[in-house]
Amino acid sequence: MNLVEATIAWLADPAHWSGVSGIPARMLEHVALSGAALLIAAGIAIPIGVWIGHTGRGVALAANVANVGRALPSLAVIGIVLPITAAIDPQAGFKLYPTLVAMVILAIPPILVNTQTGVGGVDAEVVEAARAMGMWPGQVVGRVELPLAMPAIAAGLRSAAVQVIATATLGAIFGGGGLGRFLVEGIAQQDDGMIFGGVVLVAGLALAVEGAFVLGEASLRSPGLRDAAVRGAAARAA
Amino acid sequence: MSRAARVVFEHVSKRYPGTAEGSGAVDDLSLEVPAGTTCVLVGPSGCGKTTTLKLVNRLIEPTSGRILVGDRDVAGRDPIVLRREIGYVIQQVGLFPHQTVGQNVETVPRLLGWDSGRRRARTDELLELVGLPAARYRDRYPAALSGGERQRVGVARALAADPPVLLMDEPFGAVDPLVRERLQNELLSIQEGLAKTILFVTHDIDEAIKMGDRVAVLEGGGRLAQFGTPDEILANPASDFVARFVGADRGLKRLALARVGDLQPADVTIAHPGDSAADARARVVADPFPYLLLLYADGQPIGWIGGKDVPGDGELAESMAVSASPLLDRHTTLKDALSMLLASSVQAGIVVDRRGAYQGIVTADMITERMRPAAESRS
Ligand SMILES: Nc1ncnc2c1ncn2[C@@H]1O[C@H](COP(=O)(O)OP(=O)(O)OP(=O)(O)O)[C@@H](O)[C@H]1O
Ligand SMILES: [Mg+2]
Repeated sequence: MNLVEATIAWLADPAHWSGVSGIPARMLEHVALSGAALLIAAGIAIPIGVWIGHTGRGVALAANVANVGRALPSLAVIGIVLPITAAIDPQAGFKLYPTLVAMVILAIPPILVNTQTGVGGVDAEVVEAARAMGMWPGQVVGRVELPLAMPAIAAGLRSAAVQVIATATLGAIFGGGGLGRFLVEGIAQQDDGMIFGGVVLVAGLALAVEGAFVLGEASLRSPGLRDAAVRGAAARAA
Repeated sequence: MSRAARVVFEHVSKRYPGTAEGSGAVDDLSLEVPAGTTCVLVGPSGCGKTTTLKLVNRLIEPTSGRILVGDRDVAGRDPIVLRREIGYVIQQVGLFPHQTVGQNVETVPRLLGWDSGRRRARTDELLELVGLPAARYRDRYPAALSGGERQRVGVARALAADPPVLLMDEPFGAVDPLVRERLQNELLSIQEGLAKTILFVTHDIDEAIKMGDRVAVLEGGGRLAQFGTPDEILANPASDFVARFVGADRGLKRLALARVGDLQPADVTIAHPGDSAADARARVVADPFPYLLLLYADGQPIGWIGGKDVPGDGELAESMAVSASPLLDRHTTLKDALSMLLASSVQAGIVVDRRGAYQGIVTADMITERMRPAAESRS
């Protein structure tokens, strides 16, 4: 049996599609972990990115922090965080938090940088018009800067999501759940079908999420922004 | 809020941080714009026009001096409240690209908490006022508008909450001369009805002369070189700078101060398609002006028929007319009218009303005749 056949056979086996360690359950764990990491990262990165983009302060600092974040290998982050969280909570501190923290740290840079460049890149005249019309700073952000930065922010979220989904796979090495378990167990059991089945599932999930973001962003974007001018703005932010 | 308010500058200076002493963006500016009038700030690029405007709605704070809107010092006012009372047309238009034309126009009413019915009614009214049929334009996005249409929306947005004061920074800068002329005329007729206090910025002396009740000529470093009515400035430039800035053709430019509406248009022989040609011919032959003007039933001109070309029998037809003369609005300046006339073959401009219906004609002779007494009284 070759690799492709083994993978298809493993994926096709109904026994693998049920139970707490079945594909749907693992998929759910994977999505839940990734979603949580993405939400936490967005909750940190978007407000900071908006503040930096709006005020123009701390741009260089943010760029440096983001670069460091990008350069850190996820495994190194897990290695650093693991002793700390394990000391605090011997159970989840070992299995869950190190991976989660690594995912959040990885997800922050693309969201932060895109939010900041998106908000900061809104045409100065448009922002000035908003101020001149008597908007409070919060209204300038909420009614003008955020909607105009939306395509850039969505692009940041999308690339963060894909990275987070890939990183979530690592969690299984430390006893966490998710689709990574199929890789870990497949290697242990020397089951090629299971290993590559897991790989296919992770890749498929990443692609599906990417697609969902593209569609979601397109349907949320103001029709006024579906033109060449916006492609220009998105290119600046990327 | 709709009552006009005067705007007063008292010894206002603005120096940006890090610039040398005596090279302010605005230098000791004092002037008063009476309520309901238009003051045009004109001067070369970088002379501080935009800065002066932004001092009024506190986008920029002065280094020294006072600015009054109405009778109140703007420094003591909440900038947010102040800005909602001052319409601002920004130099680069600055429409919100993610919002429709309607949403753009209703920005300030929304900030002021008007209910949606009132906002909608106001938006439609304003779009019609600036010549954009609401049904066609309300739901479009700025990206789908021409430059001239965007500038109209910018003007409508500035007028939305009926502010007593309007700041307009090169509002017609980005359009071709033909559209600019139309927009200028439209603003003038809007202003006739609204009587806002307008500070209007341009670097085009012709636009300044045309739009301003008063003109403030600024020179480099934000110094006020002269402040007066357009005629005063053209007739008696206060300095070499002003004389050079208004140009050697300032005599001709005074022509730009009078408008077609100041003349009594003359009558010509008119007829409609389907009228008896013989009858029309008899009338045009009897008239010293040897051309027949053919009009549609609603009064819109079709074109001229030379008196000798009117057939002796049958009916007049649209195809006989050549559309020749320029159409003149009563806001068209005599200068523009004259130059259009010099370029046309018939030498008579057709004056039309807002609907485009025939009112009378203006000839080059009528224009020079009109300027003569003024020229004599000046020497
Ligand atoms: N934020 C700023 N910091 C420093 N200098 C400034 C700033 N804004 C404007 N200036 C300077 O102040 C002067 C006046 O600028 P302003 O924008 O008022 O000119 P303007 O008359 O509107 O010119 P234009 O016709 O080109 O629009 C210019 O020399 C400009 O370089
Ligand atoms: Mg300017």
